[in-house]
Amino acid sequence: MTREVVLVDAVRTPFGKAGSLYSETRADDLVVRAMRGLLDRNPTLDPSSIDDVAIAAATQIGDQGLTIGRTAALLAGLPRTVPGYAIDRMCAGAMTAVTTTGSAIGFGAYEAVIAGGVEHMGRHPMGEGVDPNPRFLAEKIVDTEALIMGATAENLHDRFPHLTRARSDAYAANSQAKTAAAYERGIIQRDLIPVAVRSTDLGWAMATVDEPPRPGTTVEVLAALRAPFRANGRVTAGNAAGLNDGATAALLTSADFAKANGLTAKARLVTFAFAGVEPEIMGYGPVPSTIKALAKAELSIKDIGLIEINEAFAIQVLAFLDHFGIEDLDPMVNPYGGAIAVGHPLASTGVRLMLNLAQGFSEHPDVRYGITTMCIGLGMGGTVVWENPNWTGTVGTR
Amino acid sequence: MSTSVEKANPTEVVTKCLRRDIDLSLFGYEGKLALLTLDNGLDYNRPNTFGLQSLNLLSNVLDEVGNDASVDAVAITGKPYILAAGADLSGISLVRNREQAIGVSKLGHDVFRKLGELGKPTFGFINGLALGGGLEVALHCDFRTIATSATVALPEVFLGLIPGWGGAYLLPRLIGPEAAVQVIITNALNSNKMLSGADALNLGVADAAFSPADFLENSALFAAQILSGKKTINREDHTSNPAVWDRAIAAGTAAASKKYGGTKIASPTRALELIAGARTSTRDEGFSAEDQALADLVMTDELRASLYAFNLIQKKSKKVEGSPKPSLARKVTSVGVVGAGLMASQLALLFVRRLKVPVVMTDIDQLRVDTGVAYVRAEIVKLVDKGRITQDLANRLTDLVSGSIDPQVFADCDFVIEAVFEEMGVKQKLFTQLETIISPECVLATNTSSLLVEDMSKHLSHPERVVGFHFFNPVALMPLLEVARTQFTNDESVATAVAVGKELKKTMIIVKDAPGFVVNRLLSIFWGEITDAADEGTPFDIADNALAPLGLPMTPFALFGLVGPGVALHVSQILHKTLGDRFSVSPNMKSIVDAGIKTFYLRDDSGKIIPNPAAFSLIKQGDKASSAEQVRERALVALAKEARLMLDEGVVSTPDEIDLCMMLGAGWPLRLGGILPYLDSSGISEKATGQRFHSKGIASLPA
Repeated sequence: MTREVVLVDAVRTPFGKAGSLYSETRADDLVVRAMRGLLDRNPTLDPSSIDDVAIAAATQIGDQGLTIGRTAALLAGLPRTVPGYAIDRMCAGAMTAVTTTGSAIGFGAYEAVIAGGVEHMGRHPMGEGVDPNPRFLAEKIVDTEALIMGATAENLHDRFPHLTRARSDAYAANSQAKTAAAYERGIIQRDLIPVAVRSTDLGWAMATVDEPPRPGTTVEVLAALRAPFRANGRVTAGNAAGLNDGATAALLTSADFAKANGLTAKARLVTFAFAGVEPEIMGYGPVPSTIKALAKAELSIKDIGLIEINEAFAIQVLAFLDHFGIEDLDPMVNPYGGAIAVGHPLASTGVRLMLNLAQGFSEHPDVRYGITTMCIGLGMGGTVVWENPNWTGTVGTR
Repeated sequence: MSTSVEKANPTEVVTKCLRRDIDLSLFGYEGKLALLTLDNGLDYNRPNTFGLQSLNLLSNVLDEVGNDASVDAVAITGKPYILAAGADLSGISLVRNREQAIGVSKLGHDVFRKLGELGKPTFGFINGLALGGGLEVALHCDFRTIATSATVALPEVFLGLIPGWGGAYLLPRLIGPEAAVQVIITNALNSNKMLSGADALNLGVADAAFSPADFLENSALFAAQILSGKKTINREDHTSNPAVWDRAIAAGTAAASKKYGGTKIASPTRALELIAGARTSTRDEGFSAEDQALADLVMTDELRASLYAFNLIQKKSKKVEGSPKPSLARKVTSVGVVGAGLMASQLALLFVRRLKVPVVMTDIDQLRVDTGVAYVRAEIVKLVDKGRITQDLANRLTDLVSGSIDPQVFADCDFVIEAVFEEMGVKQKLFTQLETIISPECVLATNTSSLLVEDMSKHLSHPERVVGFHFFNPVALMPLLEVARTQFTNDESVATAVAVGKELKKTMIIVKDAPGFVVNRLLSIFWGEITDAADEGTPFDIADNALAPLGLPMTPFALFGLVGPGVALHVSQILHKTLGDRFSVSPNMKSIVDAGIKTFYLRDDSGKIIPNPAAFSLIKQGDKASSAEQVRERALVALAKEARLMLDEGVVSTPDEIDLCMMLGAGWPLRLGGILPYLDSSGISEKATGQRFHSKGIASLPA
């Protein structure tokens, strides 16, 4: 890259269960709230110096449509001179918002951007309004099951028979435990922007914590859950992320801009890559995207001290860890838990991974490099490589 | 909760008080805030109100949170856009005696004051509209935040009440007597002016103001900062300096006196007494004084008339009585204005500004046309200068206005209104000529103030498209529009006229075609009696001020000067001719008009109003002087008789419409209920016509 690009800050709303916490809250209001919270936290940033606002949503309909990056900018009270646009790469929307705008900074076109995502799966269920081309099936371009994410996760279990349901459940229980511990230590709360939520029947309340986590979840409880996607299946509601509502927002700038404006970097963008895989095993995506990204960064997996990987399904994380020879319960992988506990409001999650990684970087100055990675519908993976600005060491790894 | 009001209002729209507790730890305070939401379950068009049931529900929740040891503080807010619009006024009509009135007032105090005496910090989160009791509920709290988009006011004095649920006592002690007089008296009397969130913050009504985008979040943060001691609010003690209070009361008294032409009106007087007393009273004394004042006012015909009038205006501004189906209205994409004089130019300005369609004006010569178009364009520039419209909109509007001496320009118009000289022959000729130019569907409207519309249209090939469309001066400000239909006028034309009137943002009544419609007919009969009395020998100032106790916006002769003596005389002559001798034509008026004198009163160098010697030198009076009381009675009797006649003739179908017209077309006060409730309660109606206009209890105390 021609210039250094840094993640200055990232925040999110508490995540809700679809049809519950945010059932009367609009998606655009959620992302506006995240953006305003981000600006409140960075008072030295002159909002008029923001070059662009890229907001992702997987279902760009209604309150997630109308070029949400622009509508959110206007609703958030940003100067009208600040433009905005909408991004879609399904689950990796916010990640793509960061890589795309980050690239523009690296290229030298931009100095400061807001990148984020929102998904209100209660208002916009997965697959709302989709119209798959009949050729997909007629010409067997993809299998029908490729459009059902749970089925692709089952397919991944088929591909790697040694990654059993028991290992998935153990991973899931550990994710819940790590999230509970992180809440206990007040780590997660640091990046939550409270949201006033209204219920017609109950009145106003305040969303201040994630709704999905189930602290105290045991493997015994998980083992008893039904697998809805197929007979004798291994994927359950307990070892997968749920249907969630939430929004995220990140502030990225050039390193020079951050310095000049009294902003500090939480992470430096090293490089990134996206890669495609067979849509039927979409959860395998992070493997090739990480291989690709590490090659560009001229790093090996051994140089990576912290991994934030999305937990769309436990099996998809296990497949990744298995490939790279990392233990299932390695403490440097999702140290604060992941989507199985806090939820996965599709297009918003990419930035949640980054804010978790930034927390990890600040807690682990011994770590130089980390990655955020996630699988993406229709068979893709995305990986972003970050460098820890707090790194105190002199050599490359932990 | 004990109360002397046994019977709840069966039609009360109950505002619930919903409670949810908020963990403030994310806001930096380890504790719990009970957040109460006032919500009547309806959308923002129907604001929350406090009736008896609503107050009792709030009371229960306040007791509950007060006794809940897990709650550290309490905040009260409202459903989206609304905190509350105050007391449930519909309940007041059910109050039959003073004891009940005291009960209603006391109940409000008993409930609201819990917020100030809960033993834990309380916060009013003013998220939107907060009027009267809606603001008072927040004033009882220890702290207040306000959304910058909020609108707040204490409009009680505007309605003939006083802020009687703590407002008159708490506000002056909170923000000082001068600011309190501004809110309670001056603003209320100034067409019920309201405060924005920023105004409320500046006056000290609120302690912090936040954007509506995250108002509750920032309010919760504010509460956490207060609770943790990170933020403190220093309150000034306003009670120590009596001179400031005297000055404030004097200013309020002067404002009220000016508004009512020197007549002492009960509600501002009582409100000022309460404000004055607040300096030294205890809470109990202050609240009890409010109870007494409120009960006194509630038990007057005047207040009941005022509430009737207020509701009437609200109701009729939304729905046009007797209007044909809106779907019958034809689209108006181009408007013609015949005439380019001052009235026509004002009409052109209003039409172009509100309809944003091409408006073309014509007149008999190019100079007049150019003057008229130039007037409209200059007014558009003024609107930009005042910041009322953008330059872009001004460019658009300027482009839409044009003029011509050739009436062929009306060929494409869907709506043509004439504002030419008030002379039947002129108008008949004009309409006949226009028919050869315009399409058969084009609505032909006349702004006539006294002529029969039917006489202008009966000779036409398409008399069904002719409507009366009568505005009041100044056209942009006066809210009333009289829409008159003749026996020929069809529903499509009336619907189109009403649709246009709605876009012009006017409150309309549909009247049967009759000379002078409603407002000018009543004003003329009433003027006639005043001028008759003066002509007979009553001193002019006695005749002119005879109606002072009514608190009308201006005296008859002052109004005469405003309308223009020529116009007023002309109207009286037409009505005399068409409606009969009871509409008199004053010989003195005629001699003044003939002499070209424009006004009875002048302003001297100091701005004081003095008689115009040129006018008074021409006056010849008889030797039969009447007292002010006699003049008043004959004027009111004439009004009552004429109003009854108009109802009998079906000019309008209800007395309500007459009241509405007098309030919105002539600016007569709410306190009189327009006029008919006053004629009823003063006994004039029965004396003059043998019956009341409104049954007892409608716009007066119940029987």
